[in-house]
Amino acid sequence: MYDPRPTKYPMPVQDPEERRRNFGEVALGYDRETAVREASRCLHCKAHPCMEGCPVSVRIPDFIAKIAAGDFEGAYEVISESSSLPAVCGRVCPQEKQCEKFCVRGGRGEPVGIGRLERFAADFHLAQETEGELPAPNGHRVAVVGSGPAGLACAGELARRGYEVTVFEALHEAGGVLIYGIPEFRLPKEIVRREIGRLLALGVKIETDSVIGRLYTVEELKTELGFEAVFLGTGAGLPRFMGIRGENANGVFSANEYLTRANLMKAYEEDSETPIYRGRQVAVVGGGNVAMDAARTARRLGAEVTIVYRRGMEELPARREEAEHAKEEGIAFRLLANPVEILTDGENNAVGLKCVEMELGQPDASGRRRPIAKEGSEFTIAADCVIMALGTSPNPLVKMTTEGLATRAHGEIAADGEGRTSLEGVFAGGDAVSGSATVILAMGAGKRAAESIDRYLKGA
Amino acid sequence: MIEVEAPRIAEKALAGQFVILRTDGRGERIPLTIAGTDKKRGAVAVIFQVVGGTTMALNEKRAGDTLADFVGPLGNPTEIAGVKKAIVVGGGVGCAIALPVARRLKEAGAAVHSVIGFRSSEFVILSEEFRAFSDSFALTTDDGSLGEKGNVCIPLRRLLEGETFDAVYAIGPLVMMKFVAAATEPYHVKTIVSMDPIMIDGTGMCGCCRVRVGGEMKFACVDGPDFDAHLIDFDEAIARNRAYLPFEAQARERHCNLYKKEVN
Repeated sequence: MYDPRPTKYPMPVQDPEERRRNFGEVALGYDRETAVREASRCLHCKAHPCMEGCPVSVRIPDFIAKIAAGDFEGAYEVISESSSLPAVCGRVCPQEKQCEKFCVRGGRGEPVGIGRLERFAADFHLAQETEGELPAPNGHRVAVVGSGPAGLACAGELARRGYEVTVFEALHEAGGVLIYGIPEFRLPKEIVRREIGRLLALGVKIETDSVIGRLYTVEELKTELGFEAVFLGTGAGLPRFMGIRGENANGVFSANEYLTRANLMKAYEEDSETPIYRGRQVAVVGGGNVAMDAARTARRLGAEVTIVYRRGMEELPARREEAEHAKEEGIAFRLLANPVEILTDGENNAVGLKCVEMELGQPDASGRRRPIAKEGSEFTIAADCVIMALGTSPNPLVKMTTEGLATRAHGEIAADGEGRTSLEGVFAGGDAVSGSATVILAMGAGKRAAESIDRYLKGA
Repeated sequence: MIEVEAPRIAEKALAGQFVILRTDGRGERIPLTIAGTDKKRGAVAVIFQVVGGTTMALNEKRAGDTLADFVGPLGNPTEIAGVKKAIVVGGGVGCAIALPVARRLKEAGAAVHSVIGFRSSEFVILSEEFRAFSDSFALTTDDGSLGEKGNVCIPLRRLLEGETFDAVYAIGPLVMMKFVAAATEPYHVKTIVSMDPIMIDGTGMCGCCRVRVGGEMKFACVDGPDFDAHLIDFDEAIARNRAYLPFEAQARERHCNLYKKEVN
């Protein structure tokens, strides 16, 4: 029965006062009853514009109808036709810019909580003990480089088609940015491990601690190890810095370093051997999801945290929910401000951040209003720790070590819409091709490349 | 020095490259330069000094024990193309890293003049190995308990005064490499040092290992670890290497008995 409620059913969350002291997941997920009610808010309009907003075209109205009817496993099956990692996407997709943006219900009131429902269906499925059938092997071998969203989606799709897939991962744990980048409180690592477990059950092999470009070149994967095709899902992890004075001071970190210490190495736990710098006053530079993640991690480690962003709240690229959660947790926002120097003491330790105030001018190439420095507006924020979250560029190793692999201006691997690179039998997708983007776009690219590899190897 | 069975890495590694290891599932990731490989046995040798928790745990390992992770070979191999006459300078345990570089130069047909330095006679390592193939050989100790008294720059300057060289390779503590760079600069000889900063992933993702070279930010893991010594901001590198001193001290306190051992 249709539920006319104008707003989403609230997502149960950990209390902000509690959660700023722990790394447990913030959003707790709908229970069955709430999920059914939220699903009943869907109008089932004919045009289903939500699907157009989804980079992998999940059949959204269909899975919502299944939830409304209480068929949760059925809902999961609908989603998993299009998405390889629904429990992850339900949590980290920027739904307000994708599916939910186009929801008819959003015209008056709030759209249907599509992300929350996706998460519900995926969590329901993960909680069941299901045994997948192993697909019949087709005799072809494919190497996937990188075990982030693009690589996992590609591997999963190929494995389902009977390919023998080996994923090579540079770090000691599979998952890429889902493991080293996105914090536990936003995406529990147990969820990632279970999703990866499903791929292993399909027969996918994962070789951790294997840096392609060094241990084996892309060429050697084909010639020495006998893979017939290679997918490069190497991601965009090379951190950008501002090039300002003091940036190499102690206490200045890329968000990647800070988050890797916290997430991959679990440096916040008592028995972890990895040190993490527990600043008292932390300034995070940037306004994306990674900036929010770094700020909220620092907060949980006991710091007073300020986010410094050169545009306004309107332009903040982070998911709205993340910015709101950050505010609730007591993180300050210093908007329209841009760092010009990191101040240091005599021993190269950061002590402050000198900034200028900005104002917004005409829209730039990205469509956002260009920030312009106000003359004579310099001010200083005290900070013994500065985290740079300015975005990342594609990882350089494969580019550096693969002869003949065409790349673009910022080191992105050049690939066409089907993921084909300049090298025969070598495909690429995800952030390695697009520059840093979202989990869902990377997954979509990985899946498309898998279809393309399938056509390539079957000679179609 | 420990030897690790890692046949895939042994097969590929060249002098100047490094590995990243973790001792156990709760351990941190630390970079160690490769001191040698044995392709037949699939073995990779690394050398370390006990400074923090991981190196202490490593020091406790006995033959037959395992490591959680051993990743490599990382970094670019030492560039030796076109070098016909070189000086190789090693300091302390850095000599274990300098030795394969010197050997590789020799194998490529270059004349190799070795200068190695230590704090005192009890810390001397590999002197016979260096002496065996070097065209000239000098050994110094800070206290004069063996060889020439003083630091490596004394015999180094003497060599540079007499003849011209294509390159100087220096591997040792940051302070030593800084002084070697200062010593060779007036002679305009290409000087290459191996940087070993704090690192996490070793693939260009954390930015922790950033080094200022010629005013530009470089990542030691993918751009190095070897750099032109005359362009490096050594003072900054030295300050950055101290970033986790308090953590290292804490780790030593937890295992204080172990720290009293010196490792060669």
